Amino acid sequence: MKQLHELSIKEVHDGYLNHHFTCTDLVKHFLARIEKYNPKINVYLAMNDQILAEAAAIDQEIAERGITRPLLGIPFAVKDNFLTSGIVTTASSNILRGYKPQYESTVITKIKAAGALILGKTNMDSFAHGSSTETSDFGPTLNPWNTGHLPGGSSGGSAAAMAAQLATVTLGSETAGSIRQPASWCGVTGFKPTYGRVSRYGIVAMGSSLDSPGPIARCVEDCALVTEVIAGQDGKDATTSPSPVEKYSTNLGHTDLRGMRLALVKEYLLPDMREDVKNLILNSADKLRELGATVDEISLMDPHYAIGVYTVIQRSEVSSNLARYDGVRFGHDRDTFCEETKRRIMLGTYTLSAGYYDAFYKKAQAVRTKIVDEFNEVFKTYDAVIGAVSPGPALPVGASKNQPMFGEMEDILVEPSSIAGLTSVGLPCGFVEGLPIGLQITSNQLKEGTAIKIADCYQTHTDFQLFPDLDKTL
Amino acid sequence: MKTTPIIGLEVHVELETKSKMFCGCPADHFGKEPNTQTCPVCLGLPGALPVPNQKAIESCMKIGLALNCRINELSKFDRKQYFYPDLAKGYQISQYDQPFCSDGFVLLDSGKRIGIERVHMEEDTGKLQHTILEGKKVTLVDYNRSGVPLVEIVSRPDMASSAEAKEYLKKIHEIVKAIGVSSADMEKGQMRLEPTINVKIEDEDNTHFTPLAEVKNINSFNFAQQAIDFEIVRQIEEFEKTGIEKSVTNKTTRGYDAVKKITFLQRTKEEAKDYRYFPEPDIPPFIIENELVEKLRGELPELPERVIANLVDLDIEVKYAKIIYGNQEALNAIFVIARSNSDAAISDKIDLNKLASLIANKKIDITGDIKGEYLKATQVGNTNTDELKTVIEKIIAANPDVVAEYKKGKTGVAGFFVGQAMKETHGQADPRTLNQIVTDLLNR
Repeated sequence: MKQLHELSIKEVHDGYLNHHFTCTDLVKHFLARIEKYNPKINVYLAMNDQILAEAAAIDQEIAERGITRPLLGIPFAVKDNFLTSGIVTTASSNILRGYKPQYESTVITKIKAAGALILGKTNMDSFAHGSSTETSDFGPTLNPWNTGHLPGGSSGGSAAAMAAQLATVTLGSETAGSIRQPASWCGVTGFKPTYGRVSRYGIVAMGSSLDSPGPIARCVEDCALVTEVIAGQDGKDATTSPSPVEKYSTNLGHTDLRGMRLALVKEYLLPDMREDVKNLILNSADKLRELGATVDEISLMDPHYAIGVYTVIQRSEVSSNLARYDGVRFGHDRDTFCEETKRRIMLGTYTLSAGYYDAFYKKAQAVRTKIVDEFNEVFKTYDAVIGAVSPGPALPVGASKNQPMFGEMEDILVEPSSIAGLTSVGLPCGFVEGLPIGLQITSNQLKEGTAIKIADCYQTHTDFQLFPDLDKTL
Repeated sequence: MKTTPIIGLEVHVELETKSKMFCGCPADHFGKEPNTQTCPVCLGLPGALPVPNQKAIESCMKIGLALNCRINELSKFDRKQYFYPDLAKGYQISQYDQPFCSDGFVLLDSGKRIGIERVHMEEDTGKLQHTILEGKKVTLVDYNRSGVPLVEIVSRPDMASSAEAKEYLKKIHEIVKAIGVSSADMEKGQMRLEPTINVKIEDEDNTHFTPLAEVKNINSFNFAQQAIDFEIVRQIEEFEKTGIEKSVTNKTTRGYDAVKKITFLQRTKEEAKDYRYFPEPDIPPFIIENELVEKLRGELPELPERVIANLVDLDIEVKYAKIIYGNQEALNAIFVIARSNSDAAISDKIDLNKLASLIANKKIDITGDIKGEYLKATQVGNTNTDELKTVIEKIIAANPDVVAEYKKGKTGVAGFFVGQAMKETHGQADPRTLNQIVTDLLNR
């Protein structure tokens, strides 16, 4: 029999309905695990001190009305850039140390309305600037599979919380890879919806034209269940799409992928990529063929160009978005920005400066359009593009130090799809040296259902979604 | 030596929309308790996002249309970045290279055309209050004004005197008020003026241009005029002293001291900010449909120029027309009378210029029976024919010699009887009625 921390959303609901355990039992179970394991991996930055009262109320609701809300009694771990009223929100930065928001993000309002509970806030790269959690002002998070390694980032805290099973499900956000890459390094499933599918309102902004909130969960199924709650147009975010939200969970449970056309991009199997990682991706392609999909090798623009585009656009937007932390409000001065943040502000300020704007920002936008056009062309023929999330497994602790372009090199394979605002799932497809490797399945804008269908079918026909035994690994 | 001032104007107008430009807070901030009309968006809190106010954008376009601008099919917002403690986000959402409206003009009474380069939409900043709190000098920030919709109207440097600039400003003021998007109350800071001035100096052989000076944040037409006049003199003197001409780097920003009636240097171009404009990623670009433009054009009221011209066509003097054009009730009254005049007998026609002067001087109540009011106001006296007849018959009887003169053909003496009758009635008689009776009796 599974333990409480091993249950998916559906399994938790079954447990509630069959009176195997209560929401209070589940929350207490997680609190005990967090107390035991969190100090070893530094996942949670702040806890919700109201959670037992909230759990008791939910138990009463279940007793009176059963389960009428889609996420009722599901404990979440939430990345620390989501504003949560009453719970300190810092985006892992000292400049927001101790900041208690006066309002909460739309996503948080939506999951709460669906009955979810927030256990606490998870560590991340400071202001999401990084792919390691090593830029956090509150110390790095460690990988639950091997504490000598990084969890990835910037949503490293949420991915590690999921891998360590310190919540039923978690929320992260991705600017380019910040959901998929840590999910891949921690061996869990991360889902980046289309840009504009999920509201950014109330999430500390990083790259405004790229930021996409989404779940990091134990399986594709849970990702679908969470996304169909948090997606949708928001009157408070002018960039959200007006198109109606599909019920993504209807794409679950397919027994084969006949009729699906997939593309494997040659350029994304980088020349310097490890053979064992490359082989896992090729094996995944074979598995997908076995399930009935056709997988063709195609050619796309060298992903190195995406790094240039992404770096310029994101740094430019960062330099602007962080201008509000000017020392006048929020209690701390600008000298509390960490090195990486300062570096990004400086680079972005430079790329937007008079005389340099055309050479950098404008050119980057032009190449961005080319990347979008290229993907549009691919999706005329193919349902999805597949490839590795990351060139290799989780890197050792300290790997990001003194490497200003660390994140960009680690995220080279996820940046093109982020730049084009596409939807993409990252999920485990094997292990090298005891560390998980991630496969990404990317579909066109607003084609969340397609990515979910393929990823769920792949996941339910493979055995790579595993969790570390913390008593051995920590 | 011939000198010609070259003057351009930037005018900021606060719109009177219900809500602010990018959030739901009330836009009416004047005199409100500090920081009572704020929310995460206009406070620039982490994670807050702007959602554009459609009504404000439509008002901006209406101003553009009223100023004969083209409404651009493609438009977008940009971030203008600079640090100031009253600027919550560290940038102002404005429009850089794709404003909503471009290329309009205003016609001065002389017929001279003043070009409008652009009319764009942006947001206002908060306000700093320098005060003493618990014995300490402090600066407080009030964010009630933060995010209030602001329209910026940028003219071309087409004005050649402070008088032209003042006339241009008054016309902008009238137009903005006429279309109902703002009361443009100068005292409340709803309209703020920034002239940019330099002077073209021609001597026998050469033409020179003095360096540009922009005078910031003026809140009255007279101050604008004074500031411009001061600058013209100052720049000519400065040029005669130094010979320094306009260059791409020597534009200065100046302030205006209304007490001393002088402008003073605020900053030079070397210190000028690089605003690092880039497209606002939180707001998708706009594609403006022609139907919207036509709908807004249809909603525009008749503009002051047009209304004044119509009044003048009715033989109303310009000085009265300029006072009345904005008063819809008065206009209704005048146009109703004008229509009834066309069917009336000559003696019943109402003198429209007289009516206009009465309205302009607030001599009559225009909410009631306008014709009756007019007659009451113009026929000051007794119109009782029988009473007056008795008075006049007495005078005629007492002055047979004057009657005889009249009979001989000296009809001018009729005035004598009118005057006498007026005296007799202590000025209470209606002159028209008197005239009529005197003529009737003398011609018996």
